[in-house]
Amino acid sequence: MEGLIYLGDGTAYRGKGFGSVATNVGELVFNTSMTGYQGILTDPSYMGQVINMTYPLIGNYGVSEIDSQSGRVHAFGFVTRDISFRPSNRCSVMTLSEWLKEQGVPGVYNVDTRAITKKIRTDGTVPCVISSEGITEGDARLLLEGAGDILRDDYMTEAGTNEVVKFPSGDGARVAVYDLGVKRNIIRGFTDRGCEVFLFPYGSTPEDIMKVSPDGLFLSNGPGNPEMAEAGIETARALIGKLPICGICMGHQVIALAFGGRTYKLKFGHRGANHGVKDLESGRSAITSQNHSFAVDPESIEAGGLAVTHVNLNDGTVEGMRHRELPVFSVQYHPEGSPGPNDSEGLFDRFIEMFRPAGKGGAAHA
Amino acid sequence: MPKDHSLKKVLMIGSGPIIIGQAAEFDYAGTQACKAIREEGIECVLVNSNPATIMTDPGIADKVYIEPLTEEALETIIGRERPGGLLAGFGGQTGLNLAMELERKGVLERYGVRLLGVKEESIRRAEDRDEFKQLMQAIGEPIPDSVIATTLGECEDFVGRVGYPVIIRPAYTLGGTGGGIAADYGELTILAERGMENSAIGQILLEKSVAGWKEIEYEVMRDAKDNCITVCGMENFDPVGVHTGDSIVVAPIQTLRDYEYQMLRDAALRIIRSLEIEGGCNVQFALDPDTSEYIVIEVNPRVSRSSALASKAAGYPIAKLAAKIALGYSLDELKNYVTGETSACFEPTLDYCVVKFPKWPFDKFKTASRKLGTQMKATGEVMAISRTFESALLKSITSLEIGLEGMRVPRIMGMGDDELIEKIKLRDDERIFAIAEAMRRGRARSGEDERFTRDAIHELTKVDRWFLYKVDRIVKMENTLAERGIDAEILREAEEIGFTDNEILALSGAPREVLTDIRVYHDIFPVYKVVDTCGGEFEAVTPYYYSCFDEEDEGRVTNSRKILVVGSGPIRIGQGIEFDYCCVQGVWAIKDLGYEAIIINNNPETVSTDFDTSDKLYFEALHIDDVMNVIKKERPDGVILQFGGQTSLNLAEDLNRRSIRILGTSFDSIDLAEDRQKFSELLEGLGIPTPPGRSVTDIAQAREAVGALGYPLVVRPSYVIGGRSMQVVYSDDELMEYLTEAVSLDAERPVLIDRYIEGKEVEVDAIADGDDILIPGIMEHIERTGVHSGDSSSVYPPHTIPEDVQRKLVSYTSRITKALGVVGLLNIQYAYDGRDIFVIEVNPRASRTVPIMSKVTGVPMVRLAVGAMLGEKLADSAWGTGLYRKMPFSAVKMPVFSNAKLTDVDTAVGPEMKSTGEILAIDETYEKAVNKGFIATGLTIPTEGGVYISLREHERTAATADIIRGYADAGFSLCASPGTAAYIRDHGMGCESCARADVERAIDEGRLAVVINVPREMNIVDRDSFAIRRYATERGLPVLTCIDTAEAFLIAIGAKLAGRKAVYRTLEEYTAVH
Repeated sequence: MEGLIYLGDGTAYRGKGFGSVATNVGELVFNTSMTGYQGILTDPSYMGQVINMTYPLIGNYGVSEIDSQSGRVHAFGFVTRDISFRPSNRCSVMTLSEWLKEQGVPGVYNVDTRAITKKIRTDGTVPCVISSEGITEGDARLLLEGAGDILRDDYMTEAGTNEVVKFPSGDGARVAVYDLGVKRNIIRGFTDRGCEVFLFPYGSTPEDIMKVSPDGLFLSNGPGNPEMAEAGIETARALIGKLPICGICMGHQVIALAFGGRTYKLKFGHRGANHGVKDLESGRSAITSQNHSFAVDPESIEAGGLAVTHVNLNDGTVEGMRHRELPVFSVQYHPEGSPGPNDSEGLFDRFIEMFRPAGKGGAAHA
Repeated sequence: MPKDHSLKKVLMIGSGPIIIGQAAEFDYAGTQACKAIREEGIECVLVNSNPATIMTDPGIADKVYIEPLTEEALETIIGRERPGGLLAGFGGQTGLNLAMELERKGVLERYGVRLLGVKEESIRRAEDRDEFKQLMQAIGEPIPDSVIATTLGECEDFVGRVGYPVIIRPAYTLGGTGGGIAADYGELTILAERGMENSAIGQILLEKSVAGWKEIEYEVMRDAKDNCITVCGMENFDPVGVHTGDSIVVAPIQTLRDYEYQMLRDAALRIIRSLEIEGGCNVQFALDPDTSEYIVIEVNPRVSRSSALASKAAGYPIAKLAAKIALGYSLDELKNYVTGETSACFEPTLDYCVVKFPKWPFDKFKTASRKLGTQMKATGEVMAISRTFESALLKSITSLEIGLEGMRVPRIMGMGDDELIEKIKLRDDERIFAIAEAMRRGRARSGEDERFTRDAIHELTKVDRWFLYKVDRIVKMENTLAERGIDAEILREAEEIGFTDNEILALSGAPREVLTDIRVYHDIFPVYKVVDTCGGEFEAVTPYYYSCFDEEDEGRVTNSRKILVVGSGPIRIGQGIEFDYCCVQGVWAIKDLGYEAIIINNNPETVSTDFDTSDKLYFEALHIDDVMNVIKKERPDGVILQFGGQTSLNLAEDLNRRSIRILGTSFDSIDLAEDRQKFSELLEGLGIPTPPGRSVTDIAQAREAVGALGYPLVVRPSYVIGGRSMQVVYSDDELMEYLTEAVSLDAERPVLIDRYIEGKEVEVDAIADGDDILIPGIMEHIERTGVHSGDSSSVYPPHTIPEDVQRKLVSYTSRITKALGVVGLLNIQYAYDGRDIFVIEVNPRASRTVPIMSKVTGVPMVRLAVGAMLGEKLADSAWGTGLYRKMPFSAVKMPVFSNAKLTDVDTAVGPEMKSTGEILAIDETYEKAVNKGFIATGLTIPTEGGVYISLREHERTAATADIIRGYADAGFSLCASPGTAAYIRDHGMGCESCARADVERAIDEGRLAVVINVPREMNIVDRDSFAIRRYATERGLPVLTCIDTAEAFLIAIGAKLAGRKAVYRTLEEYTAVH
């Protein structure tokens, strides 16, 4: 079936369809990772977005039972130059196309993904229609015009868990994770270090969280505009000074907002596994995995007592911050990789370290 | 500014002559490093014995020493220059070994020189097998079960424990010299002994074979702050078992899940950190596809062939950044040179697929085994970029210039099933084509033949199924074209997966007009995309392009006046780095003259394909279709073909037919020079003698030619590169064998038969502007005619050619140039038999000697040639016309062979070129230059011991006896094969007669110092003389296979005995004496 990517300005990219025979409206973004499409598609932060992969050969190693970052595909569509209908890897259980079909997500291939990337680079991330069922450009335009309520920016309210989930306990500390659309590898980052994780749904109150006597609060990644995560911001604000707090990606932005800071939308965001980030305190740099549309305004956080600790080496945007006195820090990038480098895994340890001065060793919960 | 302000002067070691395993990539790396150093205001002193390089050109380093890469030379130069630091990581294994030697001997400490970038400790930990093993164990990196051995007994104990097969790797060698896989005891003893011999420290590593696992490489960089990045991950099409230099390599990695990718990336980073390398490093892994278990195979603590490939594949100049890091910068302080804005501390992301395909010399070395293993055999490589793997693969095959544009090899397609399976099992250079044929049979039999299913082929080859599926997709398209012909949809898909027009026409049977019509009507033309390191995320400022069949064309064409230079493709025997030198010089000259310079080439190892070199780089096959597409896009004012060797010159006819303006010598002139008949007539008209000869197209004509010319004869096919298939024949038998076995004789491909003129060979390179010529100098060959000019030593200025003969050479050259209408460069080889001068060969293009003559005389030959093509007159230049003034020194060029790599190739020189590289030695006198030259080729000049001599009857003359007497007088004892011994005794010298076994024993016992062996026939593997030559060569003895070389070697011995000290000076100092 014919595939179509249609943009609001009338630009159309025609290719072939794969995956589910369907049509979706979403925000068109590009990702520069050369590996890890399965982790990307299942990252809840992509909810509402259509992902254009810059690497042209996708699907090479199929889909496995172990590489997903959540229970399902969250992206609204997937675009690639070429696709492998015959993957090869010991872990592959089905092809990418079969999987997207099963997940009800449309894909388009055989389009000039580099041209699309350059379009996004120039115009910024834009709404688009992705269709793998041969709709006309006219149909696509109508869909886009009427898509006001489809193009939401508050998907973090529903991307994560609906109920409190407890992850098998180690003998370490207890971490409360406020789920804005968390990736499995973040939870693994804690459980692998012996922590017990309580995953709290969006909307959980400070009281809900304190009820389990956590050693620390972690705010996860998630989709949408962080300013829309009002309940999360409130909860975080209420727990400042009560718990060590850490956040990744949207969690980082929510912390900034909780401290009275501001966030703003980047032209086309950072999505890839190759971003250099400098740690201003150690002077050292690391390659990081990133996936965000918004960034924290560095000046806006000063009044709240936060300081910038990490910057992006390409554009100087804020990649990390910490509170000058309180045990609070966060990063914009993804130390958990998946996909991407594991160079910054130590951040999990850094957070766990913060629990000790509080005098509550993990053994307290054992 | 660099962190380290104390550095004022840095010494850099080049990699020396090109040999298999150490090629043009080090010219690329070294040139980048020199530029990076000078950018910082630090003085750069370079030592390299290889004159064909760009790095040794004036203007790259501040001071250039074209001197032997020996400890003595380096110590003298360090003493003279007193550099603050030494960069050893850019000269390949040669540079590292030399630096280690200087460190060990205390030279660096004595002169207060610091090793920059890669430290002695790091080199030792990475290169010493034992230390490496301990380090890997300490950081928990898995390595194969292995043992370090220095005796055969230790090897036996090891295989007793782990079983066969085992891999043998000598420590401290290039390109895996002497390594291999042993499947039984016999192979073990051979490989282990050879390996211990080849290792600089007599040490080998025996390891349990993981043949069949995936082979994965990462190029990693680290700075002094401990920041690390991986520039590029690469995956080999061929699983572990084939040397990575002989493997088809794909970038980026294709078949690893992110988990596996990151697991190996993490390991690579841990390794470079543990080695504390400041700069670039290459880490090779084997990954078990069934378990994701991995082991570390090898680490190279320096820039390498792989880093050159990764630099070109990713657009990230590793050598340049490594040099900056060595000077004290950290990655976060440096910019991404491609975007000009973003940071160098990132990891390039590719939005295309890159395939590297090796170029092997088996067309030259017919006796060499084509089986691939752990010892590298390729002389060069090509790289291709496209949006699909299939297309990149097919482009790379076209780029190889092996007469293929696709995967259909008729000889392989004609094989029986069993033969085909055996061919695949053999694992030779053609395996991928045999795999494609197996796929074809699998499809033709609808999967019913169990031997040819994809699973069966995977089991047989262990090539990852993903690659096999891709080959299968190409095969499927072959079938589609054959069954359905072409329409717009099929054509578009065929183009997307890389089929050339010729292949599409041949398969579909469609007329060319139909193809053109569909193409034009449906607008199916290639577009150009930019290699930008970032997948399009940021704007790129570098004009580095590749073609593909996709929607958007990113090519930005200017309105400037512009000239296209066609490159020389992969390095091969007979067409080496010297042509890349000419192309790069050409590009610079074009820019200098106010034009935009565009280059098209496909060799990832070279300076010409550095995106910094030209105004615009097109990384493409040098196929007429690809060149025309670039021309169509750019509409250059002219195309220069004469710098890229025979590769580019061969495009002249096709471009001329399309009315493309060829700058300089016209196609008609090129054609005239290459058409024997017409050219003979022209020379006859000029009254210039040429060896009488005939062009024959069948046996009857050949017999007729013999009748007219008599023996001995030189026979060769027309249109040759590097004397391919050229031979001197002395009898009917030899001639018939040649005509029936060595060449395919038909009306299309005539064979040239000339009388063999025995005498001196003289070489002249000239620049012509249409009116005048300038000859920078004349080179005289040391070996007589019959030895290929590429394999001869030659000397400038001539030392035995009389002045009047030299004047005649100038006059002949001038007349020929004018009569041919040459504009630009020209190379003529003459034979001088003591009385007359004969023209042997005219090449209306750049030659191997252009960089040498440019350097020793200072005449900027390529610059003048480009000027001449664009209307400048030599008479107006500072260099004048006629024969340029003679320099007050002697310069000797000597060939260097890769004998250690190709173990079944004859080491004797003859009309077929065999050398892979060359050195240049300059000194005050001929004698001293000859002495220095032999040393620079890597030989030790002996002053005592035995000489073994074996001469063909033809050589047993009184003159030869004088040379032998020279050895005896110098105190060497003589022994010889029975016939030769009798001859020597007849001339009044004492000589022992000995058989092969005696010779080998004498070599083993260290009693023999030199072997002089002039064989009657070459390449006969089961002859004793072949075996003796190999035996001696492999044990590092000088093996002199031409009596003139033996005479020159005696001069070197004399110089050493007399205790004459070599002087070491910069090129500038030598030429400025005047």
